[in-house]
Amino acid sequence: MILLILLGVPLFAAGVLAFVGDRRLAPEVNITGSAATFAAGVALALQVYEQGPMTAGGNFFFVDAFNVYLAVLTSFVSMTTAIFSRRYMRREREHGRVGHVGMRFYHSMFQLFIFAMLLCLLTNNIGVLWIAMELATLSTVLLVSLYRTPTAIEAAWKYFILCGVGIAQALFGTVLLYFAAEKVLGEGGDALLWTNLSQVSDKLEPTVLSLAFVFLMVGYGTKVGLVPLHNWLPDAHSEGPTPISAVLSGLLLNIALYALVRCKTLVDGSTQSHRAGDIMMWFGIISIIVAAFSLLRQKDIKRMFSYSSIEHMGIATFAFGLGGPIATFGALLHMLVHSLAKSSIFFTVGHASQMHRTQEMDRIRGLIKGNPLVGWGFILGTMAIIGMPPFGIFTSEFLILTATMKDAPLMTPFFLLGLGVAFAAILRKVQFMVSGDAPSYQKPMKAAHLPVLVHMALVLLLGIYMPDFLNQWFHKAVEILK
Amino acid sequence: MDLQTVSQINGFLAAFVLLTAFGMLAQKRIYSLIHLFAWQGFFLSVNTAIVAYVAGKHHLYISSVMTLSLKVIVLPYILHILVVKLKIRKEAETLVNIPATMLIGIALVIFSYYLTAPVTELSSLITRSTIAVALAVVMIGMLMMITRKHAVTQIIGFLAMENGLFFAATSATYGMPLVVELGVALDVLIAAFIFGIFFFHIHTTFDSLDVEQMTRLKEGD
Repeated sequence: MILLILLGVPLFAAGVLAFVGDRRLAPEVNITGSAATFAAGVALALQVYEQGPMTAGGNFFFVDAFNVYLAVLTSFVSMTTAIFSRRYMRREREHGRVGHVGMRFYHSMFQLFIFAMLLCLLTNNIGVLWIAMELATLSTVLLVSLYRTPTAIEAAWKYFILCGVGIAQALFGTVLLYFAAEKVLGEGGDALLWTNLSQVSDKLEPTVLSLAFVFLMVGYGTKVGLVPLHNWLPDAHSEGPTPISAVLSGLLLNIALYALVRCKTLVDGSTQSHRAGDIMMWFGIISIIVAAFSLLRQKDIKRMFSYSSIEHMGIATFAFGLGGPIATFGALLHMLVHSLAKSSIFFTVGHASQMHRTQEMDRIRGLIKGNPLVGWGFILGTMAIIGMPPFGIFTSEFLILTATMKDAPLMTPFFLLGLGVAFAAILRKVQFMVSGDAPSYQKPMKAAHLPVLVHMALVLLLGIYMPDFLNQWFHKAVEILK
Repeated sequence: MDLQTVSQINGFLAAFVLLTAFGMLAQKRIYSLIHLFAWQGFFLSVNTAIVAYVAGKHHLYISSVMTLSLKVIVLPYILHILVVKLKIRKEAETLVNIPATMLIGIALVIFSYYLTAPVTELSSLITRSTIAVALAVVMIGMLMMITRKHAVTQIIGFLAMENGLFFAATSATYGMPLVVELGVALDVLIAAFIFGIFFFHIHTTFDSLDVEQMTRLKEGD
């Protein structure tokens, strides 16, 4: 029942917002819808926390410790993003960057996107997972091109085409998986259910599953933004409206990684080897290094933080590939804190670029003087994202590093190199943007502080103190992914 | 029909699907591309219906009808309308010349046979010999998307890839479960609307559908 509310609210809100359109109350409706979704998410989490994993809707949905925490995270970040976007999009509207139709479209698609992501997480069927993933892509393609500038259209086209190619590979992988599953579980929809597949994974044909994993890795890896399949990501994440950048970087990448990790557990069970993990480790480490060095060359502020997302997704992929309780725990925590920190950074970046009417880092100066809360929020977010203690990302990276030194010592220097370069690259740029006098073209404006404050407080809290329920969830999730 | 004949008909239709894929690879004119795409959908649909009849899988009839309506009628129709509305007459240019693309296409077919050999070996279905063809169609669609620089051609490549995936599902497993097939069809339909909107956006912004002009987003500029 709660599950139905959780999925129904965003879908319903998408429909309502298509009618509300560009009226004055549209952002408030958007916030209300997202808040209701978040409330349902928390209620679901409480239920799962008390009663353990459950299936619903005739095995169509499945909730366990792994996906429920991502569902809560997804609904939470979409709620704060909705709050942020109220002021932000109004201002974009005043600046004339979006029109009447654009706003209607924006709100409606935002809710549809949330629905698609939640469906991805909660479905028990890997076929439906694929469909929802494609739906999530499709619902954001036209949001990326919302401003209709040549660069925005180019970015959206690239996003559409490259993700289309990528996700097609994942569908082929899914067909192969079904081919193997059908032999064990018999024909029909039941052979595509996680709950069934995970129980018989050791009986699935290893050669077919290895082949399937290659396709799944390329397919979902494209959506995670792993190097060398990452070409679309910096464009799509930097050209769209900032609230969309926040949810694309903070949430959609996590969802794609979730799909990949689920598939990996099946392949591991079948092949009884670490081959799938090795592939993920290599993709991860290459992503970390390439993204870190690309960070050095960036001039556009949103583009820089998109590369930082590639780096952090690389870290999480690497850690899941490494396996073992500590690395997996670290990866789960990393997904959580990265999502919170990155969306918060995009909120402040959005304000900063609105204040200066540019995304060029060379022209953004004196943020602290211009708007102390935006400036400090930006500094704190940056500190968190480059992995300074006492923020949560430090904790997760430290855990992953410890596990790397133990299980894959040869990878350690590369891992550290990536982290170090990224640290220097981001800090170097951010320093100049926050300090100094406010330039003449800077326009002071009211910012949405609440989302930034809440996100940063959570990231800080997770660095210092791990709540007991989260700890238990992660331990259960580690068990599932073993 | 005995199994031998069915298997032969299946192979025969698969050959036509592959042939249309190669045809698309070689074809420069956009109208002919759309026609070839429609033919490919038609062969797929007939093949699916035959498999449905022989294997006694009723849900495959639905897939077959869906393919016929979506890929033979609706999508080519939408594409046709768009091409007429946007007055696209210019022939699609390729990045790599056509004989070279054909050679790469042949290499992809061989590669597909190599890749799917273990799957074919394990399968006991009458359609098992066409799994490799299906993967080849997917890869040729991908090749088309890479080597063409016209937005409409890229989309046809994308849709041809989807055809290949559908074919793969039919040959390897007698089709995915119905809920998945329906979902995929829905996604394709949504994608069709999106690229339709896109064509107009690209056309108004760049004044043509040549994606070669989209080179503003580059590193380090």
